[in-house]
Amino acid sequence: MAVMNMIEAINSGLDNMMERDDNVVIMGEDVGYFGGVFRATAGLQEKYGKTRCFDSPISECGIIGAAVGMGAYGLRPVPEIQFADYIYPGMDQLISEAARLRYRSAGEFIAPLTVRSPFGGGIFGGQTHSQSPEAMFTHVSGLKTVIPSTPYDAKGLLIAAIEDNDPVLFFEPKRIYNGPFTGYYDKPVEPWSKFDAAQVPEDYYRIELGKANIVREGDEVTVLAYGTMVHVARAVVEEHGINAEVIDLRTLVPLDIETIEASVKKTGRCLIVHEATRTSGFGAELSALVQERCFYHLEAPIERVTGFDTPYPHSLEWAYFPGPVRIGEALEKIVGELKS
Amino acid sequence: MANDISNRNLSPLSLHVPEPKFRPGDAVDYSDVEIQKAGDQARPDVSTKPAAMRDLAYDLIRVLDDDHKAVGPWDPKLDDDTLLKMLKTMAQLRAFDDRLHRQQRQGKTSFYMKSTGEEATSVAAAMALDAEDMCFPSYRQQGILFVRGYPMVDMVNQIFSNKADKLKGRQLPIMYSSTRLNFFTVSGNLTTQYPQAVGWAMASASKGDNRIAAVWCGEGSTAEGDFHAALTFAAVYNAPVIMNIVNNQWAISSFSGFAGAERTTFAARGVGYGIAALRVDGNDPLAVYAATQWAAERARTNQGPTVIEHFTYRADAHSTSDDPTAYRSAQEREEWPLGDPIMRLKRHLITRGVWSVEQQEALDVECVEAVKVAVKEAAKNGILGHGLHQPFETMFQDVFEEMPWHLREQADQADKERDIKWPS
Ligand SMILES: Cc1ncc(C[n+]2csc(CCOP(=O)(O)OP(=O)(O)O)c2C)c(N)n1
Ligand SMILES: [Mg+2]
Repeated sequence: MAVMNMIEAINSGLDNMMERDDNVVIMGEDVGYFGGVFRATAGLQEKYGKTRCFDSPISECGIIGAAVGMGAYGLRPVPEIQFADYIYPGMDQLISEAARLRYRSAGEFIAPLTVRSPFGGGIFGGQTHSQSPEAMFTHVSGLKTVIPSTPYDAKGLLIAAIEDNDPVLFFEPKRIYNGPFTGYYDKPVEPWSKFDAAQVPEDYYRIELGKANIVREGDEVTVLAYGTMVHVARAVVEEHGINAEVIDLRTLVPLDIETIEASVKKTGRCLIVHEATRTSGFGAELSALVQERCFYHLEAPIERVTGFDTPYPHSLEWAYFPGPVRIGEALEKIVGELKS
Repeated sequence: MANDISNRNLSPLSLHVPEPKFRPGDAVDYSDVEIQKAGDQARPDVSTKPAAMRDLAYDLIRVLDDDHKAVGPWDPKLDDDTLLKMLKTMAQLRAFDDRLHRQQRQGKTSFYMKSTGEEATSVAAAMALDAEDMCFPSYRQQGILFVRGYPMVDMVNQIFSNKADKLKGRQLPIMYSSTRLNFFTVSGNLTTQYPQAVGWAMASASKGDNRIAAVWCGEGSTAEGDFHAALTFAAVYNAPVIMNIVNNQWAISSFSGFAGAERTTFAARGVGYGIAALRVDGNDPLAVYAATQWAAERARTNQGPTVIEHFTYRADAHSTSDDPTAYRSAQEREEWPLGDPIMRLKRHLITRGVWSVEQQEALDVECVEAVKVAVKEAAKNGILGHGLHQPFETMFQDVFEEMPWHLREQADQADKERDIKWPS
C-alpha cells in the first residue's frame, strides 16, 4: 500500500498495465518526455521507452483515429486528450468508428482503447477547461463511460478499462486530483493523504466496470452522483442531517441499475446530481430509468441538481457550480414532508 | 496471389518518435539551423503564380542584416515615424505581458499568456494590414490590439474578469474580442479560427468587398484538421486571406518536430495546396511587415491566399500554467540565432540615426508606467475572486438572442442562491 492522490493512482495503474502488457501504449499531447500537463504519465516514457509513451501532434482526430488503427493491429492504446473540452475534433473517430467497429464487422475488428481525459470545472479554467461532456458519449451506443471519484477507484477502474476490449471514455474529475471537494470553494483543499481512499496498492487490481459503490448507506433518500459531485453531495447530506444513501455510479455505461433500483425501492426518494449542463444530461437518463423501474415505490418526485445550461463561465464559476445550496435545497424539498 | 513476407529477408520495422535536439541542462548549438543572408531573397511580383515561387516556402525572407541595416528587395522602406511606432508598440506590448504575467502570479487573476519574443509576428503584421481587415487571432496575438488602439485598461479589465470587463467575466483571461477593431473573439480550441477566417474572406469576395482576412495559429496547431480544411477551402475558392503560422518552435512541451518540422517547413504546407507561401524571419519586424504587405496586396487584388510561416522562438513559458525548464534547455532563448525583434528594430533605428540607447531606456520606463496606470485603473473595477463582479443574469444572457424558459428559470434559481450564498 502507498498513499496516492488521484494523479499518482492513475499513473500507477498505467505503470502496472504497461508492465504487464507490451501492447499497452500511451499517446497524447505532452504526455511523453514531459509526462502530461497534469503529470499523469510522468516517468512512463523514461521507464518504457519512447515507442510506448509518446507525444502526439496536436490533432485529437489523429490521436483517436490512430488509436483505433493501433487497436486494429492488436495494441491496447490509452490515448490522452489533454482536456475533455478538446475532444470534439476526435468525435467522428469515436462515434462513427471506435464505437461501431465491433458491430459493423460482426466482431472481426475491435477498438480496445481507453481514452483518458480530465473533465469538469472548479479551477477557474473558463469555458474551454471546465466542461463535463459525458452525456455526449453515453448517448452513443458502443462506448463505455467511466468516471472515478477517488484515487483507489481511479486506479482499479482504469485497469479494468484498459483490459476491456471495447472503447472506454475515462473522464477524470480534475477538481479532485489532489483532494476531495466538499463544494466550498473558499475552504482549503484537504489532501487525499488524509483519506482512506488514498490508500492504494502499488500492484495490479481491478474494479469491475458497471458496478456502483454505495459510499454512504441510508434510508431516507437515494442520491445518485459521480466524480467530484459524489463528495459534494455527501458533504451536503451530512450537513443537513439527512439519512441519505449516496451512490457513486463510477460507470455510467454500462450502468449498475440493480444497485440503483434496490436503493430507490428502499428509500422511495431519489436525487440526481451532476455538474454537467441539465438539458439532455445524464441525469435525464437516470431519472427516466428510476421512474420506469421504481414508480410505485416513489414517495416524492425525482429531483435533478445540475450545472446551468450555459457555457461554463469564468468569473461566476461558483455561481454556476451546483454546490451545497442548490443540492441542499433539492434535498430538503424531497425529504421535506418526511420531516414535518 | 498474396505475397509471402516470411521468406523475404527483411529487417524489422521500427517506429520513429521525434526528439528535440536539446533538453534541460544541455548546451545549445544552433549552428545547423540554416540562416539565410538578409536581402538575398527575391521578391516576386504579387501576381506571380504559386508554382513559380515555391522556393520562398523553403527560404527565409530577411531584411535586417548583421549591421542592422535594411537590405534587399523585401525592404518595405518604411518612414521613421512608422518604424518608431512599430518599436513603441512592441515595447509597450512586452511591458504589458511582463506585468500582467506577474499580476497572475500575485493572485489577481487565473491565467496569463505572454507573446515575448514573438511581438513582431502580430505587431508588424497588423501594421501592414488595413484597419478594416478582419483578424482571426490565436491566443498569442494581443499585439494586434495594441496596433489597433485597444485601451490597455480594457485589456486588464478582461484579464481581471471584473465589472468593467466587456466580455462580462465569461472568458478566460486574454481571450479578447473586439468587433470595433475587427478582432475576432478568441477561442480556446486550437485552430478553429482557420476555416472561419477563410469563410470570412470568401464572404468578402462574394460581396465584391475589398477587405481581406488574416488568421494566425501556432506551428503545433497546424496538425489540427481545421488547418487543412482551411487551406483546402482557401485554395478552392481563391479566398482573400493571409494564413499566418507562428512557428515559435514549441507547443507547450512538444517541439515543432511533432507537427512535422523534421521533414519540411511549415510554409511548405501551402505548396501542397497550390497556395503562395512565404517563410519569414519572424524576429525581423521589417521582413514580417514586408511579407504581410505583399500577401495583403495579393489578396486585395483578387489573386488569392498566402501562407506565411514566421520563424521565431517562444522566449518564455507557454502560459502561467507551464514551466519550460522541465522540458527544454534554458540556453535556447539566449542562443536563438535570430535574436530578439525589439532589439533588432531598436538597433536598426539607432543605426539610422533616429533613435538612441537613452531614448530606448526612457521608452521602456514610460511603457512600464503606462501599464501600471492601466492596471491600477482596472483594479478599481475589481479583480478575479474578489467579490461577484457581474449580475448573475449575465451568465444566462447571450446563450441565445432571446432567453428561453429554461434559462429564465435557471437565472431565477441563481439569483435565489446568491441571496443565500452571498448575503449582502
Ligand atoms: C483542440 C485543442 N487541443 C488542445 C489544446 C491544448 N493546448 C493549448 S495551447 C497548446 C499548444 C499549442 O501550440 P502552438 O500551436 O505551437 O501555439 P503556441 O502556444 O506555441 O503559440 C495545446 C496543446 C487546445 N487548446 N485545443
Ligand atoms: Mg508554437
